[in-house]
Amino acid sequence: MLRRVLISALFAGLLAGLATSALQAVTTTPLILQAETFESAESAAPAGGHDHAVPAGATAAAGHVHDEDAWAPADGIERLFYTTVANVVGGVGFALLLTAGFVLRGDSVGGRRGLLWGLAGFAAMTLSPSLGLPPEVPGSVAADLAARQVWWLSAVVTAALGLWLLAFGRSTLLKVVGVAVLALPHLVGAPHPHGGEAGIAPPELAARFAATSIVVSALTWALIGWLAGTVYERLGPPETGAETATA
Amino acid sequence: MTTQALKQGAARVSRRDAMVAAFLALFLGSVLTFGTGMAAPDAVHNAAHDWRHSMGFPCH
Repeated sequence: MLRRVLISALFAGLLAGLATSALQAVTTTPLILQAETFESAESAAPAGGHDHAVPAGATAAAGHVHDEDAWAPADGIERLFYTTVANVVGGVGFALLLTAGFVLRGDSVGGRRGLLWGLAGFAAMTLSPSLGLPPEVPGSVAADLAARQVWWLSAVVTAALGLWLLAFGRSTLLKVVGVAVLALPHLVGAPHPHGGEAGIAPPELAARFAATSIVVSALTWALIGWLAGTVYERLGPPETGAETATA
Repeated sequence: MTTQALKQGAARVSRRDAMVAAFLALFLGSVLTFGTGMAAPDAVHNAAHDWRHSMGFPCH
Protein backbone atom coordinates (compact mmCIF):
# COMPACT_ATOMS: atom_id res chain seq x y z
CA MET A 1 0.00 0.00 0.00
CA LEU A 2 2.80 2.39 0.91
CA ARG A 3 4.50 1.71 -2.43
CA ARG A 4 1.25 2.44 -4.28
CA VAL A 5 0.80 5.75 -2.39
CA LEU A 6 4.40 6.89 -2.89
CA ILE A 7 4.53 6.07 -6.60
CA SER A 8 1.17 7.77 -7.30
CA ALA A 9 2.22 10.89 -5.41
CA LEU A 10 5.73 11.07 -6.90
CA PHE A 11 4.44 10.65 -10.43
CA ALA A 12 1.62 13.18 -10.04
CA GLY A 13 3.78 15.72 -8.18
CA LEU A 14 6.64 15.52 -10.67
CA LEU A 15 4.50 15.84 -13.79
CA ALA A 16 2.15 18.48 -12.38
CA GLY A 17 5.10 20.40 -10.91
CA LEU A 18 6.81 20.58 -14.30
CA ALA A 19 3.59 21.58 -16.07
CA THR A 20 2.80 24.24 -13.46
CA SER A 21 6.32 25.69 -13.73
CA ALA A 22 5.80 26.17 -17.47
CA LEU A 23 2.39 27.73 -16.83
CA GLN A 24 3.73 30.06 -14.13
CA ALA A 25 6.57 31.18 -16.38
CA VAL A 26 4.01 32.81 -18.70
CA THR A 27 1.34 33.80 -16.12
CA THR A 28 2.32 34.62 -12.53
CA THR A 29 6.12 35.03 -12.77
CA PRO A 30 6.00 38.00 -15.20
CA LEU A 31 3.60 39.73 -12.77
CA ILE A 32 5.96 39.03 -9.83
CA LEU A 33 8.90 40.46 -11.80
CA GLN A 34 6.82 43.50 -12.75
CA ALA A 35 5.88 44.07 -9.10
CA GLU A 36 9.54 43.81 -8.11
CA THR A 37 10.43 46.69 -10.44
CA PHE A 38 8.16 48.90 -8.28
CA GLU A 39 9.83 47.53 -5.16
CA SER A 40 13.35 48.29 -6.39
CA ALA A 41 12.26 51.74 -7.61
CA GLU A 42 10.89 52.36 -4.13
CA SER A 43 14.07 51.29 -2.34
CA ALA A 44 16.20 53.34 -4.80
CA ALA A 45 14.14 56.49 -4.16
CA PRO A 46 15.75 59.07 -1.85
CA ALA A 47 14.52 59.07 1.72
CA GLY A 48 12.09 61.80 2.64
CA GLY A 49 9.75 63.56 0.23
CA HIS A 50 6.98 61.06 0.68
CA ASP A 51 6.51 58.80 3.63
CA HIS A 52 5.87 55.10 3.27
CA ALA A 53 6.50 54.30 6.90
CA VAL A 54 5.03 50.92 7.79
CA PRO A 55 3.04 50.99 11.01
CA ALA A 56 3.73 48.68 13.92
CA GLY A 57 2.45 45.16 13.31
CA ALA A 58 2.72 45.48 9.54
CA THR A 59 5.51 44.61 7.15
CA ALA A 60 6.01 45.37 3.49
CA ALA A 61 8.24 44.07 0.72
CA ALA A 62 10.93 41.43 0.80
CA GLY A 63 13.93 43.71 1.08
CA HIS A 64 12.63 45.32 4.24
CA VAL A 65 12.31 42.21 6.34
CA HIS A 66 14.78 39.74 4.87
CA ASP A 67 18.54 39.72 5.15
CA GLU A 68 19.87 41.30 1.95
CA ASP A 69 23.05 39.20 2.20
CA ALA A 70 21.22 35.87 2.26
CA TRP A 71 21.63 33.58 -0.73
CA ALA A 72 19.04 34.01 -3.46
CA PRO A 73 18.94 32.49 -6.94
CA ALA A 74 20.12 34.85 -9.69
CA ASP A 75 17.37 36.14 -11.97
CA GLY A 76 16.85 34.13 -15.16
CA ILE A 77 17.58 30.42 -15.55
CA GLU A 78 18.72 29.90 -11.94
CA ARG A 79 15.56 31.46 -10.51
CA LEU A 80 13.40 29.44 -12.92
CA PHE A 81 15.26 26.28 -11.86
CA TYR A 82 14.59 26.82 -8.14
CA THR A 83 10.96 27.73 -8.79
CA THR A 84 10.64 24.46 -10.72
CA VAL A 85 12.23 22.54 -7.83
CA ALA A 86 9.76 24.18 -5.41
CA ASN A 87 6.89 23.29 -7.75
CA VAL A 88 7.93 19.64 -7.89
CA VAL A 89 8.66 19.28 -4.15
CA GLY A 90 5.49 21.16 -3.21
CA GLY A 91 3.51 19.26 -5.85
CA VAL A 92 4.67 15.90 -4.41
CA GLY A 93 3.62 17.24 -1.00
CA PHE A 94 0.14 18.14 -2.29
CA ALA A 95 -0.14 14.76 -4.01
CA LEU A 96 0.87 12.90 -0.82
CA LEU A 97 -1.82 14.73 1.15
CA LEU A 98 -4.38 13.76 -1.50
CA THR A 99 -3.37 10.09 -1.69
CA ALA A 100 -3.44 9.95 2.12
CA GLY A 101 -7.08 11.02 1.71
CA PHE A 102 -7.68 8.26 -0.89
CA VAL A 103 -6.38 5.63 1.56
CA LEU A 104 -8.16 7.00 4.64
CA ARG A 105 -11.43 7.05 2.72
CA GLY A 106 -10.82 3.60 1.24
CA ASP A 107 -13.02 4.03 -1.87
CA SER A 108 -11.68 3.15 -5.29
CA VAL A 109 -10.21 6.22 -6.97
CA GLY A 110 -9.47 6.62 -10.66
CA GLY A 111 -8.77 9.63 -12.84
CA ARG A 112 -12.29 11.07 -12.64
CA ARG A 113 -12.69 10.78 -8.87
CA GLY A 114 -9.07 11.92 -8.52
CA LEU A 115 -10.05 15.10 -10.35
CA LEU A 116 -12.76 15.77 -7.75
CA TRP A 117 -10.28 15.12 -4.93
CA GLY A 118 -7.88 17.56 -6.59
CA LEU A 119 -10.56 20.25 -6.82
CA ALA A 120 -11.34 19.69 -3.13
CA GLY A 121 -7.62 20.15 -2.41
CA PHE A 122 -7.74 23.41 -4.36
CA ALA A 123 -10.80 24.55 -2.39
CA ALA A 124 -9.09 23.76 0.92
CA MET A 125 -5.61 25.04 0.20
CA THR A 126 -6.29 28.00 -2.10
CA LEU A 127 -9.93 29.11 -2.13
CA SER A 128 -10.57 29.10 1.60
CA PRO A 129 -7.43 31.02 2.70
CA SER A 130 -7.83 33.40 -0.29
CA LEU A 131 -11.03 34.77 1.20
CA GLY A 132 -9.08 36.22 4.14
CA LEU A 133 -5.57 36.49 2.68
CA PRO A 134 -5.68 36.77 -1.13
CA PRO A 135 -2.45 35.75 -2.93
CA GLU A 136 -0.03 38.69 -2.50
CA VAL A 137 2.14 40.22 -5.14
CA PRO A 138 5.61 41.26 -3.82
CA GLY A 139 5.41 44.71 -2.23
CA SER A 140 1.98 44.24 -0.66
CA VAL A 141 1.37 45.66 2.80
CA ALA A 142 0.38 42.92 5.19
CA ALA A 143 0.16 42.02 8.86
CA ASP A 144 2.89 40.15 10.73
CA LEU A 145 4.05 37.05 8.80
CA ALA A 146 3.77 34.55 11.68
CA ALA A 147 0.20 35.68 12.45
CA ARG A 148 -0.76 35.31 8.78
CA GLN A 149 0.86 31.87 8.54
CA VAL A 150 -1.06 30.67 11.60
CA TRP A 151 -4.37 31.99 10.21
CA TRP A 152 -3.61 30.64 6.72
CA LEU A 153 -2.83 27.18 8.08
CA SER A 154 -5.94 27.15 10.26
CA ALA A 155 -8.09 28.13 7.24
CA VAL A 156 -6.57 25.25 5.23
CA VAL A 157 -6.95 22.60 7.94
CA THR A 158 -10.51 23.58 8.88
CA ALA A 159 -11.51 23.71 5.19
CA ALA A 160 -10.12 20.20 4.61
CA LEU A 161 -11.89 18.87 7.70
CA GLY A 162 -15.13 20.71 6.90
CA LEU A 163 -15.17 19.49 3.30
CA TRP A 164 -14.50 15.92 4.47
CA LEU A 165 -17.49 16.10 6.85
CA LEU A 166 -19.67 17.68 4.15
CA ALA A 167 -18.77 15.05 1.57
CA PHE A 168 -18.63 11.94 3.76
CA GLY A 169 -20.60 12.79 6.92
CA ARG A 170 -23.43 10.27 7.30
CA SER A 171 -25.87 12.53 9.12
CA THR A 172 -27.19 16.02 8.48
CA LEU A 173 -25.73 17.07 11.85
CA LEU A 174 -22.23 16.08 10.72
CA LYS A 175 -22.66 18.07 7.52
CA VAL A 176 -23.80 21.12 9.49
CA VAL A 177 -20.77 20.72 11.77
CA GLY A 178 -18.65 20.56 8.58
CA VAL A 179 -19.97 23.92 7.40
CA ALA A 180 -19.40 25.45 10.85
CA VAL A 181 -15.80 24.15 10.98
CA LEU A 182 -15.19 25.48 7.48
CA ALA A 183 -16.53 28.93 8.36
CA LEU A 184 -14.78 29.28 11.73
CA PRO A 185 -11.50 31.00 10.71
CA HIS A 186 -13.46 33.37 8.46
CA LEU A 187 -15.74 34.35 11.34
CA VAL A 188 -12.63 35.01 13.46
CA GLY A 189 -11.11 36.97 10.57
CA ALA A 190 -7.64 37.06 8.99
CA PRO A 191 -4.94 39.35 10.42
CA HIS A 192 -4.70 42.64 8.50
CA PRO A 193 -2.81 45.87 9.16
CA HIS A 194 -5.15 48.42 10.69
CA GLY A 195 -4.42 51.69 8.90
CA GLY A 196 -5.68 50.79 5.41
CA GLU A 197 -2.20 51.41 3.91
CA ALA A 198 -1.54 50.80 0.22
CA GLY A 199 1.22 48.54 -1.08
CA ILE A 200 3.94 49.58 -3.49
CA ALA A 201 2.63 47.68 -6.52
CA PRO A 202 -0.37 49.22 -8.35
CA PRO A 203 -3.73 47.76 -7.21
CA GLU A 204 -4.54 46.65 -10.79
CA LEU A 205 -1.37 44.56 -10.84
CA ALA A 206 -2.10 43.13 -7.37
CA ALA A 207 -5.66 42.20 -8.40
CA ARG A 208 -4.50 40.59 -11.62
CA PHE A 209 -1.89 38.62 -9.72
CA ALA A 210 -4.40 37.35 -7.15
CA ALA A 211 -6.84 36.20 -9.84
CA THR A 212 -4.12 34.65 -12.01
CA SER A 213 -2.52 32.69 -9.20
CA ILE A 214 -5.90 31.32 -8.06
CA VAL A 215 -6.53 30.03 -11.61
CA VAL A 216 -3.02 28.54 -11.87
CA SER A 217 -3.49 26.83 -8.52
CA ALA A 218 -6.82 25.36 -9.66
CA LEU A 219 -5.16 23.89 -12.77
CA THR A 220 -2.28 22.50 -10.68
CA TRP A 221 -4.60 20.77 -8.20
CA ALA A 222 -6.86 19.42 -10.95
CA LEU A 223 -3.83 17.93 -12.71
CA ILE A 224 -2.40 16.48 -9.49
CA GLY A 225 -5.74 14.90 -8.56
CA TRP A 226 -6.33 13.43 -11.99
CA LEU A 227 -2.77 12.05 -12.31
CA ALA A 228 -2.61 10.68 -8.74
CA GLY A 229 -6.04 9.05 -9.12
CA THR A 230 -5.12 7.48 -12.45
CA VAL A 231 -1.86 5.96 -11.19
CA TYR A 232 -3.41 4.93 -7.86
CA GLU A 233 -6.04 2.92 -9.73
CA ARG A 234 -3.50 1.30 -12.08
CA LEU A 235 -1.36 0.13 -9.15
CA GLY A 236 -4.30 -1.26 -7.20
CA PRO A 237 -4.55 -5.04 -6.72
CA PRO A 238 -6.94 -6.51 -9.33
CA GLU A 239 -8.73 -8.58 -6.66
CA THR A 240 -9.80 -5.42 -4.78
CA GLY A 241 -12.48 -4.80 -7.38
CA ALA A 242 -13.87 -8.33 -6.97
CA GLU A 243 -13.87 -8.03 -3.15
CA THR A 244 -15.75 -4.76 -3.13
CA ALA A 245 -18.18 -6.19 -5.69
CA THR A 246 -19.05 -9.11 -3.40
CA ALA A 247 -18.99 -7.06 -0.19
CA MET B 1 -8.82 -22.03 11.54
CA THR B 2 -11.74 -21.45 9.22
CA THR B 3 -11.44 -19.68 5.89
CA GLN B 4 -13.63 -16.97 7.35
CA ALA B 5 -11.18 -16.35 10.22
CA LEU B 6 -8.23 -16.32 7.81
CA LYS B 7 -10.01 -13.78 5.62
CA GLN B 8 -10.76 -11.58 8.62
CA GLY B 9 -7.13 -11.76 9.76
CA ALA B 10 -5.89 -10.77 6.30
CA ALA B 11 -8.36 -7.90 6.16
CA ARG B 12 -7.12 -6.65 9.55
CA VAL B 13 -3.49 -6.73 8.39
CA SER B 14 -4.26 -4.92 5.12
CA ARG B 15 -6.32 -2.34 7.04
CA ARG B 16 -3.36 -1.72 9.36
CA ASP B 17 -1.02 -1.45 6.34
CA ALA B 18 -3.37 1.10 4.80
CA MET B 19 -3.47 3.21 7.96
CA VAL B 20 0.34 3.17 8.24
CA ALA B 21 0.62 4.24 4.59
CA ALA B 22 -2.01 6.97 5.03
CA PHE B 23 -0.36 8.51 8.08
CA LEU B 24 3.13 8.33 6.56
CA ALA B 25 1.81 10.06 3.44
CA LEU B 26 0.04 12.67 5.57
CA PHE B 27 3.23 13.32 7.56
CA LEU B 28 5.60 13.41 4.59
CA GLY B 29 3.13 15.47 2.53
CA SER B 30 2.83 18.03 5.33
CA VAL B 31 6.61 18.27 5.73
CA LEU B 32 7.14 18.80 1.98
CA THR B 33 4.20 21.18 1.48
CA PHE B 34 4.70 23.38 4.52
CA GLY B 35 8.50 23.13 4.43
CA THR B 36 8.49 24.51 0.90
CA GLY B 37 5.68 26.96 1.59
CA MET B 38 6.42 28.28 5.07
CA ALA B 39 9.94 27.43 6.32
CA ALA B 40 11.65 30.55 7.68
CA PRO B 41 15.34 30.29 6.63
CA ASP B 42 16.14 32.99 4.06
CA ALA B 43 17.73 30.56 1.59
CA VAL B 44 14.59 28.36 1.55
CA HIS B 45 12.38 31.45 1.31
CA ASN B 46 14.37 32.87 -1.60
CA ALA B 47 14.55 29.58 -3.50
CA ALA B 48 10.81 28.93 -3.20
CA HIS B 49 9.83 32.64 -3.39
CA ASP B 50 7.96 32.69 -6.71
CA TRP B 51 6.19 29.40 -5.95
CA ARG B 52 5.04 30.69 -2.54
CA HIS B 53 3.58 33.81 -4.12
CA SER B 54 1.96 31.89 -6.98
CA MET B 55 0.36 29.35 -4.64
CA GLY B 56 -0.98 32.01 -2.28
CA PHE B 57 1.21 31.19 0.74
CA PRO B 58 1.82 34.19 3.01
CA CYS B 59 5.37 35.09 1.98
CA HIS B 60 6.96 38.22 3.43
